[in-house]
Amino acid sequence: MIRLTSVYKEYPRSGTALRDVTLHVNKGELVFLTGHSGAGKSTVLGLIQMADLPTAGEVRVSGFSSNLIRRREIPLLRRKLGVVFQDFRLLRDRTAEENIAFALEVTGAKRSTIAPRVNRLLAQVGLAHKARACPDELSGGERQRVAVARALANEPLVLLADEPTGNLDEWAAKGVFELFREINSMGMTILMATHDLALVRAHPEYRVVELAQGSIVYDSAAAALEAERV
Amino acid sequence: MPYALREALSAFRRTPLLTALSVIAIAFALFVIGLFGLTAFNIRRAIEKVEEKVEIVAYLTDEMTAAQLQTSRAEIAALPQVAEVRHVTKMEALATAMAEMQEFKDVFSDLENNPLPASFEVSMKPGSRSPEQVERVAKRIQAYPFVEDVRYGRDWLNTIFMLRRIAGGVAMVIGGAFALVAAIVIATAVRITVFARREEIGIMRLVGATDGFVQSPFLLEGLMSGLLGGLLAAVLTWGSYRVLGSTMFQVEWLPSQWIVLTVLAGTGFGLISSLVAVRRHLGQV
Repeated sequence: MIRLTSVYKEYPRSGTALRDVTLHVNKGELVFLTGHSGAGKSTVLGLIQMADLPTAGEVRVSGFSSNLIRRREIPLLRRKLGVVFQDFRLLRDRTAEENIAFALEVTGAKRSTIAPRVNRLLAQVGLAHKARACPDELSGGERQRVAVARALANEPLVLLADEPTGNLDEWAAKGVFELFREINSMGMTILMATHDLALVRAHPEYRVVELAQGSIVYDSAAAALEAERV
Repeated sequence: MPYALREALSAFRRTPLLTALSVIAIAFALFVIGLFGLTAFNIRRAIEKVEEKVEIVAYLTDEMTAAQLQTSRAEIAALPQVAEVRHVTKMEALATAMAEMQEFKDVFSDLENNPLPASFEVSMKPGSRSPEQVERVAKRIQAYPFVEDVRYGRDWLNTIFMLRRIAGGVAMVIGGAFALVAAIVIATAVRITVFARREEIGIMRLVGATDGFVQSPFLLEGLMSGLLGGLLAAVLTWGSYRVLGSTMFQVEWLPSQWIVLTVLAGTGFGLISSLVAVRRHLGQV
């Protein structure tokens, strides 16, 4: 589903952001990507969206390769990825349902299919009763749920989440993560960057990949494999 | 309503002043060109009318023989620019002079010798009436030894042609300046709209909207500004034509294709200006 192979990313001003990163995320997995601020988590997510291309190595996402992709193919890749951010990135002048509909509208969904799909998504994230509320009228947790619904609107293959619980209180964070688990249990691949170690520790059943200074320093899947071998 | 149209219209509402400025700048650019068109068209009509009368008159010496007359007349008539050669005899010239100048009738009839020369009146074919062509034919006729003098309205012909060129040049410079202003205003409008909608554009890209889709409202907005500007320019030109006609002198209105062309030029200009601006500014979002 997602394959980073010997990926390096260097920026002209800030130097090396990623160093020889190899990471495979399989279909249906939920993976925590952890590490301090500046460890390279957001860079990895950016490379997967091909918002940026690696300096060396290859990123492959659902058939698209960073070495071969053309500019006009990037929107097609993006439709296979749902993305959620710490700061929600909702349009403040639109209601919850309009924010979700927007993602469908701008990718050319048929008008007749938009309203039923939006209603289904709102119900899925538990916000059917807040369809007409603007982001400012919603709590942090609710906003993030709207953002998740929008991310799922185009039926992506992978959900990328960049610190999705970073701006939420403990309860709201728990609620949003429960939603992630639910979505994952239905088969969605999720890569979630977080530095919320309490959340990670509370869910040892999921794979953890830790980045430090641009390199992978720990991968629970590899560690488990190693343990099996020993 | 499709997304692009809805967004383009909402941009009109969001930044009405800038939109109005874009429309006015395009309108003025095209208005100047429209005024030139009106001037040029009327000058051309005037030239055409005058040109129909363009004649070269070659005065012939009395020593010219009948054979020379025959040959030279055929030679001149054979020139590609020449429509017709008419030979005016001394007698005919005198008769004409007497008819046209009644007050000198007695003077002419008292003359022992007819002082008026015979002449060739050469009319030119349509399309061969430019000063250069007329001059070429005149020089060719002048070369005959029995041609005393050649007259043609060289000076006023040159003046009219120069007038047309000057009017064209001035219109191009002023029209070009307005077009530049229009392009800058459109680019500013696009830039402001891109900035105001940067979050929305970011989300569009995030969820996989194509570049064409992201650009379409901006292009449509430019196209609509251009269309309105073109229509406004046509109205302004028509207004000037009416005012000019009722206060100064009668002028002819432009052919309808020119008006359609003006509106299309405005539309195309608006579209291209916003395309250039949108490509430049969207890259920065």
